[in-house]
Amino acid sequence: MKGAKIIIECLIEQGVQHVFGYPGGAVLDIFDELYLAKDRINQIMTSHEQGAAHAADGYARVSGKTGVVIATSGPGATNLVTGIATAYMDSIPVVAITGNVGLPLIGRDSFQEVDITGITMPVTKHNFIVKDVKDLASTIRRAFEIAQSGRPGPVLIDVPKNIQQADCDFVNIPRATPKTSPLDKCATAQLSNIAQLLKSCSKPLIYLGGGAVTSGANAEVIKLAETIGAPVTCSLMGLGGFPSSHPNAIGMIGMHGHKGVMKAVSECDALIVLGARFSDRVMGNRETFAPNAKIVHIDIDPAEVGKNIQPDEYITGDVKTILKKLYPLLDGMPSRGAGHWADKIANQQIAGSYECKCDLDPRLILQTIKKYSPPERVVATDVGQHQMWTAQSYKFERPRTFVTSGGLGTMGFGMGASIGSCFGQAYGKKPNSKGETPYGKTVLITGDGSFHMNLNELATISKNNLPVKIFLLDNSVLGMVRQWQKLFYDRRFSSTTPTFPTRHDLLAKAFGIKYEKLESNDKVDEVVKRALSHKKPVLIHCKISCDDNVLPMIPPGKGVKEIITDFE
Amino acid sequence: MSHSSHIIAALVRNHSGVLTRISGLFARRCYNIDSLSVCATEDAGLSRMTICASGDEATIVQIVKQLEKLPDTVKVTRLKGIDDITRELLLIKIQYSPSQKSDIENAVNSYNATIADRSASSAVIELTDEHDKIDAFISIMHKYGIIELVRTGLTAIERGKNKI
Repeated sequence: MKGAKIIIECLIEQGVQHVFGYPGGAVLDIFDELYLAKDRINQIMTSHEQGAAHAADGYARVSGKTGVVIATSGPGATNLVTGIATAYMDSIPVVAITGNVGLPLIGRDSFQEVDITGITMPVTKHNFIVKDVKDLASTIRRAFEIAQSGRPGPVLIDVPKNIQQADCDFVNIPRATPKTSPLDKCATAQLSNIAQLLKSCSKPLIYLGGGAVTSGANAEVIKLAETIGAPVTCSLMGLGGFPSSHPNAIGMIGMHGHKGVMKAVSECDALIVLGARFSDRVMGNRETFAPNAKIVHIDIDPAEVGKNIQPDEYITGDVKTILKKLYPLLDGMPSRGAGHWADKIANQQIAGSYECKCDLDPRLILQTIKKYSPPERVVATDVGQHQMWTAQSYKFERPRTFVTSGGLGTMGFGMGASIGSCFGQAYGKKPNSKGETPYGKTVLITGDGSFHMNLNELATISKNNLPVKIFLLDNSVLGMVRQWQKLFYDRRFSSTTPTFPTRHDLLAKAFGIKYEKLESNDKVDEVVKRALSHKKPVLIHCKISCDDNVLPMIPPGKGVKEIITDFE
Repeated sequence: MSHSSHIIAALVRNHSGVLTRISGLFARRCYNIDSLSVCATEDAGLSRMTICASGDEATIVQIVKQLEKLPDTVKVTRLKGIDDITRELLLIKIQYSPSQKSDIENAVNSYNATIADRSASSAVIELTDEHDKIDAFISIMHKYGIIELVRTGLTAIERGKNKI
């Protein structure tokens, strides 16, 4: 069997139903095989490889399956890099397959040759270059295994053109179930220490991260929170991992977290950290973070333990598995019902919420989208103020419904990611009686800066008729950077007023997408309702004030005492 | 060896790119690498690295954990130095006058070094020993004039019958 066909057969073997990509000289053979296999695997062509990489990432975030992206050598491969790095920082399983020039041409600076394994080494969990067609199938299987196991992440496979064209025997091997990493040998002792600590503390607080979402530990976290009477705060990546409507939910932690949350972090005497990594955007000042708390760190990656904060107790392993084992040890735990400190925090938090006095309040838009959306609605964002408003105002209920670039903070992520989200929601679903695949609706919240970075993917959305509801929060400035310029650079607005001449109505028309403008609070309800009920893609152009800020804000490297709750 | 230098022994898969992965990991996380020596082992599929890294205890613990995360890593151990046999190879080329010849031979003998190559006014001396002894020998050779020197960096193995 031809190498290129082996690639496709291996993808199918792994249960891959959709691949994102863009063709080119060095992947002609792979795309030829995709053409021949089009009734077994769907190929989605984007406008640019970056969009394809973000789409594979968004697909993985929503479906929990590994996203796949294919690109050609040279520029095709380098265009993937931002997307791969985005997935790497947020621990998202993605397999990227790149073509390369044939082995005899490698190292000769041939046309469209680039050392993509060298380039992506620091931003992949692992990468491969296949130099013998006999290794091709095992490499692809291994790539999927690495991408999915332990702490997930992206893996790149570079396949030179002559390897794609070479012949080799191929035997199907049923997909191995992803390995769950076994618990530490000393886990029993560690578990009982943790149980003891949880029983003896009086103000426990749970800080939930993306690892808990990946682990699928929602039910276990709810049970733990209720048992030990702990309020639950989520990092940006953890949002959705605990239902916002739950009485113990107190909102997001970190730089733009709720004021009550940061107070709770200061006051708690036990901080239980589940699948989170104490990012600088969460902690601010490491020295003053949770000063009174014993810290319990549960994470699948041993290298996260003690990397940023030295915990008092820890276990490395899958959050869900550990919580299941921990729960029976909490037997006889005194019940902490109403009147416990969690309730007080929840009340403080409501009193501390922020309101805008502008004509159009972005928070109202988000709350209204939530009002008209089922709990399983997927919301993707780009990066900036709109992203933080979404994190603060859209009360996420379900895991894998919030698709955002947390670690890398990639502007331009949202467009590709929302494409991937639509297909990700269709994973495993059969076409309906009319032969249409039930792509899931995705709401994309974006800003004018991020939107302009990858708006070329409007073509992909339109072409595939994907039900992406784009809410463009246009404040005509790069709001988040401008906010920092206001606070820390004496209002010198260097390059944050791009004055895009874009006519968004004509732009939408050019791409064949329905357009509507939203300028005032009193129109929000009807416009949002209309946009969400529409079956096709929609661009809602929301004109908001350039002076609205994301608040509260803890300046970088600072503690809760330095929190900014208002400024002009 | 500086006080904060630590020895890490790593068994890794022996194929192309592994050294880049390890050195890249050190570079991108700003870990200090003092020396690194590597070669294939009794198992041709595996290489063993001896890495000397400096930093505080927390940093060294992180280095070990980050190394363990690489799919090409088979095993990583920290060596304590005292319980292990640590060696370095020095090749040093010196120049000397005829009157200095016997002094040099004395130094060579007292350090159990050997003269690998000799001409009328120069010699290449070979010495395998612990890091500090090599340092000491080099400082003695300074008074004769060092033309050039090369040393391998530390390589180490545990005492007793234990395997890494």
